[in-house]
Amino acid sequence: MSRVRVLVGTRKGAFVLTSDARRERWDISGPHFAGWEIYHLKGSPADPNRLYASQSSGWFGQQIQRSNDGGTTWEPVGNKFVYDGVPGTHQWYDGTPHPWEFARVWHLEPSLTDPDTVYAGVEDAALFRSIDGGQTWQELPGLRGHDSGPSWQPGAGGMCLHTIVLDPSDPARIFIAISAAGVFRTDDAGKTWRPANRGLRSEGIPDPNAEVGHCVHRIAMHRSRPGVLFMQKHWDVMRSDDAGESWHEVSGNLPTDFGFPIDVHAHEPDTIYVVPIKSDSEHYPPEGKLRVYRSRTGGHEWEALTKGLPQRDCYVNVLRDAMAVDSLDPCGVYFGTTGGQVYVSADAGDSWAPIVRDLPSVVSVEVQTLP
Amino acid sequence: MIRVVLPTHLRTLAHVDGEVKLDVEGQATQRSVLDALEGRYPMLRGTIRDQVTHQRRAFVRFFACEQDLSHEPPDAPLPDAVAMGAEPFLVVGAMAGGG
Repeated sequence: MSRVRVLVGTRKGAFVLTSDARRERWDISGPHFAGWEIYHLKGSPADPNRLYASQSSGWFGQQIQRSNDGGTTWEPVGNKFVYDGVPGTHQWYDGTPHPWEFARVWHLEPSLTDPDTVYAGVEDAALFRSIDGGQTWQELPGLRGHDSGPSWQPGAGGMCLHTIVLDPSDPARIFIAISAAGVFRTDDAGKTWRPANRGLRSEGIPDPNAEVGHCVHRIAMHRSRPGVLFMQKHWDVMRSDDAGESWHEVSGNLPTDFGFPIDVHAHEPDTIYVVPIKSDSEHYPPEGKLRVYRSRTGGHEWEALTKGLPQRDCYVNVLRDAMAVDSLDPCGVYFGTTGGQVYVSADAGDSWAPIVRDLPSVVSVEVQTLP
Repeated sequence: MIRVVLPTHLRTLAHVDGEVKLDVEGQATQRSVLDALEGRYPMLRGTIRDQVTHQRRAFVRFFACEQDLSHEPPDAPLPDAVAMGAEPFLVVGAMAGGG
């Protein structure tokens, strides 16, 4: 019988939640790396027992941990992230030039085919790659070296490269997203990059239609249809049907189109999920009701999913990396909250149940479907 | 023989219990002690000082003999009591708040 393994990163450690395919009874292991911030952990699609975790601390800096046994044991690997060449400057919050400084790894994206190759999205925004299982890291400097690099500015959470989407049909094509620069795409395995933000409109920047400068929160793709991308922007839910060449808004009837995560159903490429948040100044659900919204039409038309979720007095947030789907049938949907709950829906969002209620604030959720 | 006391998180990271005992080549200084420490426990590289500049991380402090040595030059000799192993060299996570 198939199993699922849910990898949860929190402000105070990592947790591994496992269940059989019914997704009703769960074993919880952790905290791993107790007391450290775990921004993200993720398994290799090519070897599900190979996991990578980003472990960091304001006191002691960045660590990368690797597991070869599905998260039972871990070993620290390379943590030397050095920008290529002379780092130069980007813009600071006040508009002045600010030297590029490494702060932490926000997101780890293992290769689709090689367990020893993994990408790291970091703050200050840059993309690194390891081809030796995380022992050593090299920057892909073409991204940060883009002509627009010196004009990039941090979002409220820092200038982070938080999203890495690998194209399963073209190993040379990668999408990344930076707050607050926007989406960039490479078609040559990371040597050169170009912005992919046409159609985005952000009122909070001097030129609302600028090529670069948008606070993109998250992008998602269904592996069967890599030319279609979905985006949760600071405000607005967006869609691209041409691999990021252009975007159009699909917020439709959402109660608010601010939010952080967005994800796609494992078997229905036009079924997508978001968690509307009241506003950029009030990071909690509208009306104190925690509602996931699902569109079965690739956007525009949305339905609230509430069964099993708190519908009063709920003021948690769901962060950008804190939603995931499994590939069982029916598709499982998972998300974690800043209040420490991790919820599962084993029926594609129709109903929800908490797996755990009282973890530290959840930063990231990933899920692996195991044979 | 130099005795080094690490903060809890770094002991966990390096899989050590209690004090670390190090043989240090030449004069005992912050630099020579940290070089020896990182040589034996490579996973500590970058946690106490920057991997490239070797500057002490902002929220790490060095104490010994009831003195704060954090702002001493890295090549200054450590107190004799530390060099002789009578007193430990303390690596401390600063009380800097946090969540």
